[in-house]
Amino acid sequence: MSNLPDQIEDLQPKRRFSSSDKVYRILLTGCAALILIIVITMLIVIGQGSWLSIREFGLSFLFGQVWDPVKGEFGALPFIYGTVVSSVIAVLIATPLSIGVAVFLVEQAPRSLARPIGFLVELLAAIPSVVYGLWAIFVLAPFLRVYVQPPLQATLGWLPFFKGTPTGIGMFTGGLIMAIMITPIITAVVRDILEAVPVTQREAALALGATKWETTKIVLANASSGIAGAVILGLGRAVGETMAVTMIIGNRPHISASLFDPGYTIASVIANEFTEATGDLYLSALVEMGLILFIVTFIVTALAKLLIMSVGRKTQNVA
Amino acid sequence: MIERRRLVNTIMTTLTALCAFAVVGILVLILGYISFQGISSLSWQFLVQTPKPVGEGGGIGNAIVGSLTLLGLASLVGIPLGIAIGTYLAELGSGWFGTIVRFVADAMIGIPSIVFGVFVYALVVLQQGYFSTLAGSIALALIMIPIVTRTTEEIVKLVPKSMREGALALGAPEWRVTWDIVLPAAKTGIATGAMLAVARVLGETAPLLFTAFGSRFYNIYLDEPMASMPVQIYNYAISPFEEWHAKAWAATLVLITLILVINIIVRYTTRKGY
Amino acid sequence: MFAIRILFICVLLVSTMLVSSCFSGRRGKGDAIKIQGAGSTFINPLMQKWVSEYGNLNSNIRIDYQSIGSGGGIKQVKERTIQFGATDVAMKDEDLASAPGPILHVPVILGAVVLTYNLEGIGQTLRFSPATIADIFLGKIKTWDDERIKADNPDVPLPSVPLTVVHRSDGSGTSAVFTNYLAKVSPEWKEKVGEGTSPSFPVGLGGKGNEGVTGQVKQTPNTIGYIELAYAVKNKMPVAQIKNKAGNFVLPNFETVTTAAAETLDQTPDDLRATITDAGGQNAYPISSYVYVLIYRDQMDEVVGKTLVDFLTWGINDGQRFAQALYYSPLPEGMVKRASAKIAAVSFNGRSLRTEPQ
Repeated sequence: MSNLPDQIEDLQPKRRFSSSDKVYRILLTGCAALILIIVITMLIVIGQGSWLSIREFGLSFLFGQVWDPVKGEFGALPFIYGTVVSSVIAVLIATPLSIGVAVFLVEQAPRSLARPIGFLVELLAAIPSVVYGLWAIFVLAPFLRVYVQPPLQATLGWLPFFKGTPTGIGMFTGGLIMAIMITPIITAVVRDILEAVPVTQREAALALGATKWETTKIVLANASSGIAGAVILGLGRAVGETMAVTMIIGNRPHISASLFDPGYTIASVIANEFTEATGDLYLSALVEMGLILFIVTFIVTALAKLLIMSVGRKTQNVA
Repeated sequence: MIERRRLVNTIMTTLTALCAFAVVGILVLILGYISFQGISSLSWQFLVQTPKPVGEGGGIGNAIVGSLTLLGLASLVGIPLGIAIGTYLAELGSGWFGTIVRFVADAMIGIPSIVFGVFVYALVVLQQGYFSTLAGSIALALIMIPIVTRTTEEIVKLVPKSMREGALALGAPEWRVTWDIVLPAAKTGIATGAMLAVARVLGETAPLLFTAFGSRFYNIYLDEPMASMPVQIYNYAISPFEEWHAKAWAATLVLITLILVINIIVRYTTRKGY
Repeated sequence: MFAIRILFICVLLVSTMLVSSCFSGRRGKGDAIKIQGAGSTFINPLMQKWVSEYGNLNSNIRIDYQSIGSGGGIKQVKERTIQFGATDVAMKDEDLASAPGPILHVPVILGAVVLTYNLEGIGQTLRFSPATIADIFLGKIKTWDDERIKADNPDVPLPSVPLTVVHRSDGSGTSAVFTNYLAKVSPEWKEKVGEGTSPSFPVGLGGKGNEGVTGQVKQTPNTIGYIELAYAVKNKMPVAQIKNKAGNFVLPNFETVTTAAAETLDQTPDDLRATITDAGGQNAYPISSYVYVLIYRDQMDEVVGKTLVDFLTWGINDGQRFAQALYYSPLPEGMVKRASAKIAAVSFNGRSLRTEPQ
């Protein structure tokens, strides 16, 4: 649709594509270039900061499994693993939940109910991370330890994901609190996207005899690229989330298949150790963690986009 | 066949309703918990006084003012810039440049807020030699930009083509179409994006810790350290004292109320015609 | 019109900003003397009390303190973004060497790290000897009814349940003091883990901050962790007795902690950077430590320097009486004298800033 003005321009006398439109285009492009400049500056600053560590460890930093600041050994693998696993858990839980809420608010609930609920959900996004963390320690973790983890272990304990002592603290809880934190973000965006889908589409589907759910499916399929954007927004928040996750994930740089075991994320280790880090190499290793997080976010974002796009396409075909 | 379709319909409808009530349930639980812990410390004094040592009362008046100042300055830069970039991506960004910008914005959302804080600390605070309100606002603005950008893009993309075509056919220049047709049509969605960004940064501690720093006084100067609610909440929350914990919860309650008020104002001013 | 309304708001905000930035807090000297300090989270409650009380005594002085962590305090002092720092761990030699000027360590108060635990049905206070603590945190003791724990607590019916260790995950002075102690009492710990603000613990769950460890120990059964004294007392959690160098089991309180400092006074070097863990003396609590204020010896501003000197002198004398109520331990008599001499060394243009000798 964005090349539309060009097509129209061809049909029109040349007078319209005037200097004002040039200014408009240059202005917007300039703003877009600004974000690139900001990120490139950030990359340069971060790259400079991590140069010492990159030179010292090279690629072995990525695959090292030991993180011992006292002895000066730094490896990022357990943190990368923890970041990916916990955010995947978060997105897997939050995405269907958020779409469900958004569909309910837009397609089903009466306006008098949808408004206050929509408001409430947006409020969730405003609670400071540290408050989520404290709530998780005092309410969520004990609850999971007593009521959720033992039954999970009893029924699915043969899977490697649910082994170990359930303490309520660990990767599973970390992913769950992240899911709660990103649900309002995904919901708010999906809701707006669904609201923007023209009513005519719904009416057409209903007129053809589709049930309400089938209509919703068509609406969802049409909004799939927008939903993908929303999920990526949530994913980004999950990957970069620090305080709440740090308080509940157990902070152990150790790769374990079990979700009940403590884990560690890149953002957590930066938040945990940056302010107290002394020594150039140590600081540099932490800054390199930031660089890796950047790259991990790029990759995860790209994968999520591809995945959601393909799911969207499939739904569209079915519909 | 019809029976099965009806059944699926009923199941899915129930499921979405369940989702909604589950999320609202969680929210009510958290809000209830915060209120339960904090309501006893809420008072007029709490809202206007400055922080005091343990056992002497005190409040978060300067932190409320500080947060609003920081947020105002950050929004001033972050929201228009985010909207401009989002509009660029939706309207002009189908080429390679747009793809890069879109990707960079996505990645930027995932950068932990502490990294923004460190970045601004290195670039602004160390250059100036002191902590300042300005530095804090810059850090917050940087966090807001990608959030506003991506939500704006998604929503602007959904403005029906026919609206643009209609305006263009009437001879309107491109910028007028964006300014008068597309953005107003997308305003509720853009407002959601802005609100998400505001909600996000209003609760952020990490980017402020080494930029706006903190203060126990009322402050109006932009070149001095500034108190903020999340930093104050954090300081209260990590202390050993029951009294300060209660203040942390109460301040959280105030913070959420503030978001609610801002939300209502924004919703009201950008409301659609119905 | 939506767009015009937004534009109007923007213009309004910009003008407000311009107007307010005209009143720069930095431009004119103003009446009040403004001093900014930052650092140790541990000392924050006491420091808030001090700056508030001192402000009441001297209405023209505005001292502010932000708790950003000891490492943060050291870093900001070195960058000269603040006028004084506070830290739970003395600066390292290389940190001092890379600072733009000589930095003095002034001990201002004492703190204690305690062992706390969550063990249902145990009313008695548990006792631990140093080797046992090291073995627990090394992961060699896996259950509560281990022989080594039993040996210290013969009368306690210890349950046969798995033991979970909780430690700090964030870099902290608390961890530094605790691991400094373990490295002193256990060669194996010294070799395998060592000491520092972010040691790599072989086992256990990591909690963020004292409040994080406190929360995890309180909420998870059969755990043991280390936290600052105030967190244990204020959360009504059990505090273990620890066997000191003299062989006595000692509870942490302001007497035993101050004793630990008093007993090590002779070995404290001239720059006052000292660890007082595993101190001698019958009644010394073995996991104690100083909190230091960091200040440049050569001040760049006479008024600010003078105010700082007066404030610190007040803190180590009059200020000590606020310590106990907030669960800190006061400095021993001898250390007050030595710290006072250190403060007297702070100078402007080579001249001491202290007016009346204390």
